[in-house]
Amino acid sequence: MIAIVDYEAGNLTSVQRALNFLGYESFITAEPSRVADAERVIFPGVGAAGKAMADLKSRKLDLALQEAFRSGKPFLGICLGTQIIMEWSEENNTSCLGLIKGKVRRFPEDLADQNGNKLKVPHMGWNGVHIKRAHPLFEGVSPSSEFYFVHAYYPAPATGTTVLGETFYGLTFASVICSGNLVAVQFHPEKSGRPGLRILANFCQWKGSEDA
Amino acid sequence: MLSKRIIPCLDVRNGKLTKGIKFKGNVDIGDPVEMAAFYYEEGADELVFYDITASSEKRQIMIETVRKVAERIFIPFSVGGGIRTVEDMRQVLLAGAEKVSINSAAIRDPGLISRGAEAFGSQAIVLGMDVKKVPRSESIPSGYEMVIDGGRTYVGLDALAWAKQGESLGAGEICLNSIDADGTKEGYELTLNRLIATNVSIPVIASGGAGKAEHLFQVLTEGMADAALIASITHYGTYTIRQLKSYLHDKGIKVRMNW
Repeated sequence: MIAIVDYEAGNLTSVQRALNFLGYESFITAEPSRVADAERVIFPGVGAAGKAMADLKSRKLDLALQEAFRSGKPFLGICLGTQIIMEWSEENNTSCLGLIKGKVRRFPEDLADQNGNKLKVPHMGWNGVHIKRAHPLFEGVSPSSEFYFVHAYYPAPATGTTVLGETFYGLTFASVICSGNLVAVQFHPEKSGRPGLRILANFCQWKGSEDA
Repeated sequence: MLSKRIIPCLDVRNGKLTKGIKFKGNVDIGDPVEMAAFYYEEGADELVFYDITASSEKRQIMIETVRKVAERIFIPFSVGGGIRTVEDMRQVLLAGAEKVSINSAAIRDPGLISRGAEAFGSQAIVLGMDVKKVPRSESIPSGYEMVIDGGRTYVGLDALAWAKQGESLGAGEICLNSIDADGTKEGYELTLNRLIATNVSIPVIASGGAGKAEHLFQVLTEGMADAALIASITHYGTYTIRQLKSYLHDKGIKVRMNW
């Protein structure tokens, strides 16, 4: 079964609804032991990094997530989840889980497009993702697909090889991160139409390596 | 880069679409869930439901509709109409909507915007604005005034000042409806859209007046809107979403073409 980790950070039911639609059973849990027992873990979230880390720690879910990553089971981060897996976030000056080396940065206030037009923060709406190499989670996903983003902060991994996908919004940032049994997406696959559902379906079948 | 969003708006009363929608081939769809699924397949980037149910005891019907829609479509959608409290917002969001839109309730109680933003994040709170053009005056310096009750009641509030206040209270987005342009099919109110869009740093969804594909182009360029709300232009089969998007794409606007 798939555990969707609950730490009072946003609408988890939308992830579960998408899995239901695809025919995969899941449960929403805040119990470290149930995360440990799950075959796969989805770590979603909307909100601020500081409160999210505090909630995770108070439930000992920080340790459970670190253990889930180490155990090799398929692990999917979504949106805030993709930021919390880094070492540190500029948002509320927060020490995070450190599953991936690197930091989380805020989009600068003077962000502009190629023509010098000011860009709004948060980055909200549909944008493309340039996938740098083949990965089972993006199997069958067209390169011209777009995904739904809502975020003011973005992950900046220290190691280039962990960057699987990139998105341009005034600057190029890592919108998909991968490392072994972990894939993390800054966008919302559960709100990104058919390409997003395909990624979720691929995750539900994924064995947890870059080959399969 | 970010795509400009095309957002169909569906008016719902007592769980039914207020106008049965007729497509080419005369398929009549009165069920908002079926209609949402149709637009999802058609390539809508987001949907807006506007609940015009009058009585509060029938609000549960809308919540049920939201729940069914959320099981069928996997793009963001917002729900407006009749939302007056944080608890109303919570019900709609838990049922699966991505955002709530508040309009006259926010004018009566501006703190509702900040309480909503604090509870659910700014990204979940859309400030709906119904605006009418009036002579410039000391109290309405922009020449655009906020109205409620479908445009019948002027509230003595300047639209530009209200947009800025809404942003500072924590609204994540503005849905800007020109009552003058609404229903005319003669194009969006470009001056109003440009005025608001250049003075706030949150996205602006233009609403009211779309009759031709060209109108969307105008409001997304000259009007500086981030998204365009549409209704009759696609509801009655004048255009498909793909036709609108292809037109915009050919004119150099970035829109989501693959879904």
